[in-house]
Amino acid sequence: MRYWFPFPLLTLGLLVMWIVMTRSASTANLLLGILLSVPAAWAMVNLEPLKSRVRGPGAMVRLAGNVVTDLTLSNMKVARSILRSLRRPPRSGFATVHLTLKDENGLALLACILTATPGTAWLSFDRRSGTLLLHILDLDDSEDWPTIIRDRYEKPLLEIFR
Amino acid sequence: MTGIADLPVWAAIIVCLLVLAGSLFSLIGAIGMVRLPEFYQRLHAPGLATSGAVILVCLGSGLCFALLEGRWIVHEVLIIIFTVLTTPITLMLLGKASLYRDRTEGNDVPAKTVPGPSIADAAANRLPELPTE
Amino acid sequence: MTALFLVWSIQFAQILLGAAMLLILYRIIKGPRAQDRILGLDVLYVNAMLMLITFGIRTGDSIYFEISLAVALLGFVSTIALAKFLMRGEVIE
Repeated sequence: MRYWFPFPLLTLGLLVMWIVMTRSASTANLLLGILLSVPAAWAMVNLEPLKSRVRGPGAMVRLAGNVVTDLTLSNMKVARSILRSLRRPPRSGFATVHLTLKDENGLALLACILTATPGTAWLSFDRRSGTLLLHILDLDDSEDWPTIIRDRYEKPLLEIFR
Repeated sequence: MTGIADLPVWAAIIVCLLVLAGSLFSLIGAIGMVRLPEFYQRLHAPGLATSGAVILVCLGSGLCFALLEGRWIVHEVLIIIFTVLTTPITLMLLGKASLYRDRTEGNDVPAKTVPGPSIADAAANRLPELPTE
Repeated sequence: MTALFLVWSIQFAQILLGAAMLLILYRIIKGPRAQDRILGLDVLYVNAMLMLITFGIRTGDSIYFEISLAVALLGFVSTIALAKFLMRGEVIE
């Protein structure tokens, strides 16, 4: 069983997605979906994804809330600083943050969050010392970026990927 | 003719506002691509198109088709998830590539080990020194 | 009357997206270095995808969504390959 279905959730999810996208649940379509989703899971085995335990639903909700509000606010902020960039060019610069987060999947999620919010760009991460190099579009004096990243994102991530 | 004309007025107004706001965000991002002087500053401009614009336009079209045809908005949600997951990877790779190129050409970017207070507390729990590549 | 206004506003959104694509094209042509051009190409793909979605809303045809998903996939893969090429000088190691 484990041999045929190495990632049962992934296979099931792909099958459901296929049926919903093609909008028909006939037997032929179901068979075609199974024919596509089962080999997709075998391909996933060859990729050898790192597995990490995920816990703490409260932290997940908190993180999602932070991401949604920051996505909205940072879109507005970057739009404003682009529109007035002729009069007042944005003072941008590099910033380094030291992270205690070690889990690979957690780091990947953090990278996705930081790059998806405009205004911060993830440039490189040194795994040995745990230092992250960021580029920030508008460096306000009022904003302490290392503290923001640690408090808003890294703390819930540390709780989720313990 | 099907299309936006068959929508109820309130929904049509919401759809139009969402689509207009999304395309405005995309235009502002493009203006940023032209105006901002440095490459690393321009790296932030696509974020407006890929997070703001894609989410707004897809929400608009999702609302439109959910009311018009009663179909689920799977396609739009898929597009949102896909762009939100993939653009970080492209932007990160591009940023890394340009950092690498700037370093090999000796331009003014941070060096590989960054000096600063963060290194000091990093040294405390560092692993044994590995041979560097 | 409202229908006409709504079709117009979708058309106006398309004009905005077209202007954005022209500005990005300028950056691709002028872009001082290779990474600027690749970044421009990536944003151009995203804007093309958004343009296809607005066409889908205007005509009420869901075939546009399949096309826009395909465009998004192509844009992602091509940008990754180009960025890899910038970093190493070869796409497949």
